[in-house]
Amino acid sequence: MTEGNARSAVWQTCAIAKIIQQTPSIKSFFLRLSEPFAHIAGQHVDVRLTAPDGYVAMRSYSIASSPSASNVIELAIERLPDGEVSPFFHDIAAVDDEIELRGPLGGHFLWPERATAPILLIGAGSGAVPLMAMIRQRHALAQAVPTALLLSSQTQRDVLFADELLSLEMADPTFKLALAITRETPKRATDLARRIDSVMVAEVIAWLPRMPAHVFVCGSNPFVNIAADGALMAGLDAAVIKTERYGG
Amino acid sequence: MITRGFTGRNSGGDHSDRIPPGQHLVEHFPVLTAGPTPRVETAEWKFTLKIGPRAVRVWSWSEFNALPKTKMTRDIHCVTTWSKLNTTWEGVTVDDILADAGVECPTDFVLAHCYDGYSSNVPLADLASGRAMVALNYDGQPLPRDHGGPARLLVPHLYFWKSAKWVNGLQFTERDEAGFWEARGYHIYGDPWREQRYTND
Repeated sequence: MTEGNARSAVWQTCAIAKIIQQTPSIKSFFLRLSEPFAHIAGQHVDVRLTAPDGYVAMRSYSIASSPSASNVIELAIERLPDGEVSPFFHDIAAVDDEIELRGPLGGHFLWPERATAPILLIGAGSGAVPLMAMIRQRHALAQAVPTALLLSSQTQRDVLFADELLSLEMADPTFKLALAITRETPKRATDLARRIDSVMVAEVIAWLPRMPAHVFVCGSNPFVNIAADGALMAGLDAAVIKTERYGG
Repeated sequence: MITRGFTGRNSGGDHSDRIPPGQHLVEHFPVLTAGPTPRVETAEWKFTLKIGPRAVRVWSWSEFNALPKTKMTRDIHCVTTWSKLNTTWEGVTVDDILADAGVECPTDFVLAHCYDGYSSNVPLADLASGRAMVALNYDGQPLPRDHGGPARLLVPHLYFWKSAKWVNGLQFTERDEAGFWEARGYHIYGDPWREQRYTND
């Protein structure tokens, strides 16, 4: 099962077209590609920053936008207080600045080509980014595959893409949204006022008409372990659970 | 292309000659795994050496632990761009595994197999001559489950996805057969000093 990236991915220069503050710690950067590509929802790009002394810093960022004919991709980047690259994006990068990137990359954490059986998405914080690409792709193709998103955030204001997710849920009976809010009382009665646990994962699985055939989990390593273990305890096979953990 | 306003941390400092291009230094030990973290009990653990489809030797946990142990202190480099210096490991070198099985070099290529279905390919030349081991301890302690415990492959001179976690066997193959990530867009060999991150880099 070889997927994507048969050729080597070449570096290209793109311009920042727009910057949006999404949550107190996450901004979206809309990048206009000079060499447009069609990605698969779930894939990432590598971004390369070069200092005047030649020092290079590279990081991988998941693509938040859905694959489309557009030559603009969206990255949603969380500002890590001790980070090297994310503070540059948050504090220095401006519209019209040029950024080098290459992609699309990654051949595992991918929205299935033929999505028919139910799909469970579990994310925390900026772990929502690749899942959002999947949800947007599903919506863009008008796919009716039953899909549930369990998204954990510290407060209501930290819920990435909150408005878009809430309106998608309103409009689409086959898309379920469970918000876990860990540090304040959630707004909606159906939301969950605690950190993720295996009971919560089982509850969200029960919202789907059948057991999910694909599970995608993205977040910190401890979060992903709890989510994946919850899915296993609910009776899912390890082979259907794909995880992506924040790197170093 | 110089990025406007970026100066960077250049975290390598005095060790910059030990940090491959595009890598940055970390103090912690990030965990990156493509699926759930497997639970492998040492009572059930087995390690199998195969030549093609044929198993030539199987070790239990106690048999494997009776093999000669070797310590290694090495710098490690993850394709996601973090590098960590002076990591300390103890385990059984691939040389000692092959010697115990009475196997020399039936083919030039090896696939490492793991409890979670993961695999990674490494040429024999990169596993032999003391270059690689099956690590059982990290930093003086039994290898934590998150980092591949009870046992992982350690091939420190290649990108760290080659150091397959929860390893349960080595298999000699006729050709260099792509493992899990190698079949999913990552480089077939993975030398950090040549920045062999993705296919055809």
